[in-house]
Amino acid sequence: MHSPVDSAAMARRFNPRGTWTLFQKEVRRFLSVIGQTVLAPVVTAVLYLLVFQHVLEDRVNVYPGVGYTAFLIPGLVMMSIIQNAFANTSSSLTQSKIMGNLVFLLFAPLSAVEIFVAFVGAAIVRASCVAVVLYAVGWLFIPLPLQAPLAAIAMLVLSAGCLAVFGLIAGIVAQKFDHLAAFQNFFIMPFSFLSGVFYSIHSLPEFWEQASRFNPFFYMIDGFRYGFFGVADAPIAHSLGVVTLFFLILACVALWMLRTGYKIRS
Amino acid sequence: MTQAIRVEGVHKRFGDLHALKGVSFGIEQGEYFGLLGPNGAGKSTLINITAGLVRASQGQVSVMGHDVVGAFRPARQSLGVVPQEIVYDPFFSVRDILRIQAGYFGCGRDAWPWIDELLERLDLTSKCDASIRQLSGGMKRRVLIAQALVHRPPVVILDEPTAGVDVELRRTLWEFTRELHAAGHTIVLTTHYLEEAEALCERIAIMDHGELRALERTDDFLSRHPFRFLRLSIDGPGAVPDAIERLVCARDNDELELRLTRGQDSVADVLDGLRDAGFRVTDVHTREPSLEDIFVELTGDHDA
Repeated sequence: MHSPVDSAAMARRFNPRGTWTLFQKEVRRFLSVIGQTVLAPVVTAVLYLLVFQHVLEDRVNVYPGVGYTAFLIPGLVMMSIIQNAFANTSSSLTQSKIMGNLVFLLFAPLSAVEIFVAFVGAAIVRASCVAVVLYAVGWLFIPLPLQAPLAAIAMLVLSAGCLAVFGLIAGIVAQKFDHLAAFQNFFIMPFSFLSGVFYSIHSLPEFWEQASRFNPFFYMIDGFRYGFFGVADAPIAHSLGVVTLFFLILACVALWMLRTGYKIRS
Repeated sequence: MTQAIRVEGVHKRFGDLHALKGVSFGIEQGEYFGLLGPNGAGKSTLINITAGLVRASQGQVSVMGHDVVGAFRPARQSLGVVPQEIVYDPFFSVRDILRIQAGYFGCGRDAWPWIDELLERLDLTSKCDASIRQLSGGMKRRVLIAQALVHRPPVVILDEPTAGVDVELRRTLWEFTRELHAAGHTIVLTTHYLEEAEALCERIAIMDHGELRALERTDDFLSRHPFRFLRLSIDGPGAVPDAIERLVCARDNDELELRLTRGQDSVADVLDGLRDAGFRVTDVHTREPSLEDIFVELTGDHDA
């Protein structure tokens, strides 16, 4: 019944089909509950948009010629990207650990880099789905053409990548869903809310403006907004640099954890 | 010939707990091998090290000559593991789960006919499009076995595959593992059912407290054991003579079970002694030691 194991397959340094399978599985996982993973975040963001638009549209003018609703939409899209990229990797990994089916992945001849690429790639796909749907819905409120589409796409991919990797780290560390909720409630939520989604940091007192510049989420939102308006609080190169650096630091931590089997291979 | 599994001086420490204390042995290709031991003996830790789920503190394990850490790809490619716990991914159907698992091992559509054959062989075809959540415990265990075989590994580890399954399914699984063995797979079985190991395994290792206590061919194990058992139904007043009482290992009303040492205690002497003490022997039954008797003897533990 068994056939001799293909020696060429065993000698390969990479397992592209295995990586692709894991990526596909992760994408299918969130698509199978699309109402929860894509539509629900869009509804939440639209509710924010309706409320803040109603209250602040005529009172706040952040950039010359840019209304508050237009200013708000990219911020809400990026906030959804941040939250959903984090949720995709962290919930998948934590659920697999708690249910025990992570063993099937650990039995497989997949390296740390391959697992990393598949998980992070799938999370970027989910974050992109949420972003595209939310942008399309936002168009119903106000047409929002992209002034610098490459910058917007680069910020989307980099930011989603950062949070996907952070979710991977949280999923590895978390032993139960309570731990994951702590990451979301005490880190992701406050840092994304205090990053300029609803305001420009120039409107803040000096201390808080400076403090905001230490929040990497600020650069994600600010750089993404640049893609829509061609103007932002920080130079786009600066934002891209900070987010790239943040991604590299998180990636090193996550790869170290996967390579050493931290908390998953005891 | 390269051994299917080679375990070399493996230690594993979990904090203060020394779970494996320098275990070494080899399993030949094509063997049906039993790994026995009471709870906490270190069997699962050793299997988890072999499967790459746990890292050894010291020592080395290889599968088909490939180190499970340094050459993890060919080692894992050569190994299929049926985990002890019934675990599954609730998002997918049975067929999808098997195709995904095959994909992890680099198998594409070319593996799909084999997956369909596995479904057929394990009587899962009618359930292949159902969510695994909807299956009975026995069916879920069959899916676990199929998952371990999707990439046609030469070495298969079954970690207590018949725990908690009904008699019929147990027989079916026995038959299936025998077929796998006949087809050339090396089978490593851990079980708490000693009659299972006795019936299936060619060689048996017994572990206890993180150490290898014994490793022999099953037949040698049984024949080398210096005891046999004599079960008697007796009728009569008074006390059993001391010389016979010291041989009693179990007692149930008028029934006695005696453990006789070969070449030292004879059945005739026992019967004569009882007759002289005024007892009438109404029934006599002898039995050879089972693996369970040897297991208890070696581990000093009744938690088999």
